[in-house]
Amino acid sequence: MFDFFVSLIPRAVSQGIPLMFGAVGETVTEKSGNLNLGTAGIMYVGGICGVIGAFLYETGVGPENMNGFLAILIPLACCLAGSFLMGLLYCFLTVTLRANQNVTGLAMTTFGVGFGNFFGGSLIKLSGADVASIALSRTSQFFSTKLPFADKLGWFGKVFLNYSFLAYTAVAMAIIASVLIFHTKLGLQLRAVGESPATADAAGINVTRYKYVATCVGAMISGLGGLYYVMDYASGVWTNDAFGDRGWLAIALVIFTIWRPIHSIWASILFGGLYILHIFIPSGTNLAVKEIYKMAPYVVTIIVLIITSLRNKRENQPPASLGLSYFREDR
Amino acid sequence: MERSPVIELKHITKRFGNNIANDDVSMEVYEGEILALLGENGSGKTTLMNALAGIYYPEDGQIFVRGREVNIHSPRTAFDLGIGMIHQHFKLVDVLTAVENIILGLNEKSRYDLKAAAARITEICDRYGFHVDPFQKIYTMSVSQKQTVEIVKVLFRGADLLILDEPTAVLTPQETEKLFNVLRNMKADGKSIIIITHKLNEVLEISDRVAILRKGKYICEIKTSEASVQQLTDAMVGHAVTLNIDRPVPVDPKDKIIVEHLTIRNSDGVAKLKDISFTARTGEILGIAGISGNGQKELLEGIAGLQKIESGSIRFVDDNGKETELVGMDPRKITDMGVTLSFVPEDRLGMGLVGNMNLGENMMLRTFRHSGGPFIDRKEPFHLAKRVIESLEVVTPSVKTAVRKLSGGNVQKVLVGREISSSPTVLLTAYAVRGLDINSSYLIYDLVNQQKKQGVAVVYVGEDLDVLLELCDRILVLCDGQVSAILDARKTDKQQVGLLMTKLGGEAANE
Repeated sequence: MFDFFVSLIPRAVSQGIPLMFGAVGETVTEKSGNLNLGTAGIMYVGGICGVIGAFLYETGVGPENMNGFLAILIPLACCLAGSFLMGLLYCFLTVTLRANQNVTGLAMTTFGVGFGNFFGGSLIKLSGADVASIALSRTSQFFSTKLPFADKLGWFGKVFLNYSFLAYTAVAMAIIASVLIFHTKLGLQLRAVGESPATADAAGINVTRYKYVATCVGAMISGLGGLYYVMDYASGVWTNDAFGDRGWLAIALVIFTIWRPIHSIWASILFGGLYILHIFIPSGTNLAVKEIYKMAPYVVTIIVLIITSLRNKRENQPPASLGLSYFREDR
Repeated sequence: MERSPVIELKHITKRFGNNIANDDVSMEVYEGEILALLGENGSGKTTLMNALAGIYYPEDGQIFVRGREVNIHSPRTAFDLGIGMIHQHFKLVDVLTAVENIILGLNEKSRYDLKAAAARITEICDRYGFHVDPFQKIYTMSVSQKQTVEIVKVLFRGADLLILDEPTAVLTPQETEKLFNVLRNMKADGKSIIIITHKLNEVLEISDRVAILRKGKYICEIKTSEASVQQLTDAMVGHAVTLNIDRPVPVDPKDKIIVEHLTIRNSDGVAKLKDISFTARTGEILGIAGISGNGQKELLEGIAGLQKIESGSIRFVDDNGKETELVGMDPRKITDMGVTLSFVPEDRLGMGLVGNMNLGENMMLRTFRHSGGPFIDRKEPFHLAKRVIESLEVVTPSVKTAVRKLSGGNVQKVLVGREISSSPTVLLTAYAVRGLDINSSYLIYDLVNQQKKQGVAVVYVGEDLDVLLELCDRILVLCDGQVSAILDARKTDKQQVGLLMTKLGGEAANE
């Protein structure tokens, strides 16, 4: 049993990290009252932008001459820039032009996936590979560098230390976001904006600025999830549509964690575990059984939704103005 | 002595589309005075004050603070100038505590220190004589407590001009008295206060000066010491108004609705009504008094079939004396029997009207069932809307204006007008005059009285005890979901009703 967990947990973690990034980013966004359903698309864009950056650098200087620092910095900067622009676009549409948030979010997911697949396809063509994927193995090596002493510490090293820097960044992000939201003045104002923008506005808080900043920062955090997925989890191999429904799972996680980023640390690992549970369950040749196990994260989310709705505690409800646009002179 | 004004407004004009809310308004406020701002609904009082608080930006005109021209383009600027507004609909975040709400938006650079802020809140409370628990969550507070938090919030920011928009609309007489004491303390402390209210006796009680707006225009100012209710009303309405509510003696009252041992629980399992029994009779107005949230809504909705009833019975008696049990009946069938409900919630739009639809379409919400065939009759509801506009003097650019664009009072007239127009046999109405100015209120009282004369059984839930005492034949006092007493309105007084509202049976409070 112990060995089972030692082998399951590291895989659950590497599955869970993209979700953690996505969920933390989306929580920060939703706390400002913006329901960004474009997260799936943003994570996709974050991933492909990182791939584009890495591809240009790797093919530009050749895999042998790559500088480790630049190999990380370039994809990282590209990823952040791409997801930032997506966040900015979302804000411009929903905050400045007051478009419907659900429609905008869904459109952005469709756009993001299309954007990713288009450039993914172009790069695959450019690289002249025979398979429908690009492998950026050298860049991936830099990204997935692990702590050197992890192997020497037995099971402890395997479970806790055997990850790349982006994984620890995700945990750090969750902690920082949590402290910021619940224990600082900045977080208090952000929560006020998400709960009741009219109140925040009357209190002299710049609602538009908070919404823009929170959404763009949230988008950048989410985007990192896409980058981690390609560079670390998938070992630098980009295949169109491989990212799958992880973006939606991240949004489900936000609900699961009742808008508390700190919980997304264990919750995303749990989801990661549930996501790959089917690999560990002996099911023989019957693939249908595996498909049933794949539903596990969604079933858990539905159960959590039911429980939190039943308890009906005000603190566990979504931000009160989530999904609504705000206009001061609206009557 | 020549006093210099704290605030001066000069030629303020504000439009909403084609609506002129404020038309060339000029006025000033002095230090250490309480100015009452009076006007009918839609006369632009709230809009004018919102311009001072930085919520709306006027198209034209100047604002001077202590002689210096200022440009108030956001609520933050207003704070910096020492202007604080307590809005009619409280601007508080429900899931946060009092102290969190109070420090919201304050200088972002300073440390996040709730304890120090709480200490300052207590200090402010002690100074003006009221009480707030800084660490209580807003959603667990009563209306009066929330209002106190709002007042502390603006004082915390060092405001020396306070604007209160209808602060007493939701308070009991006792709470109002407490609020007025606080206001007097502030005035003694040199602060200036602008108070918007419709209750003229309160204006006379608390203010030093009265400024009157009519249809967005500044009409005049009167010293309170030289004013009378009649004079104020006439100036506000623009013509002489009679201020008597008549109360015809009920003609041949017969039982219409018999309620026995009614108990209703809300979704959290809390009993909102406990063992209520009463009878509503034809040609009679039964008033329901009680602090808001004491089961009034559940009672009316229970009769209209909109609430799940735990136990008890509600029987409808038709003209032949035949009794029908309403409990468990489909709400639509109850409506067809002539039981109408017009409940005016705090936000006015919440029940019965659709904000984005225009006046005619809102009438249609009631009439569409009567037209046969698959198509709705669009003409009739628009005629009806025009009739309501005329008879109730609704201020609106046209019947095709979206209801949410009207001012609160006008929205209400549309709702009540529609319900009455369906010629009911039982008229259930709650807070029909909530926030309405005096002229419109009297129009509504007249309408209710007309219904009464036609033999309709009227159940009237009201907030203003003076009115309940003048208008109703009998008054049922609710306290904590129970019947505190059923009184003959002709033989009781405000004091007694007030006590019965706060203490069951009322007697205990007399000790």
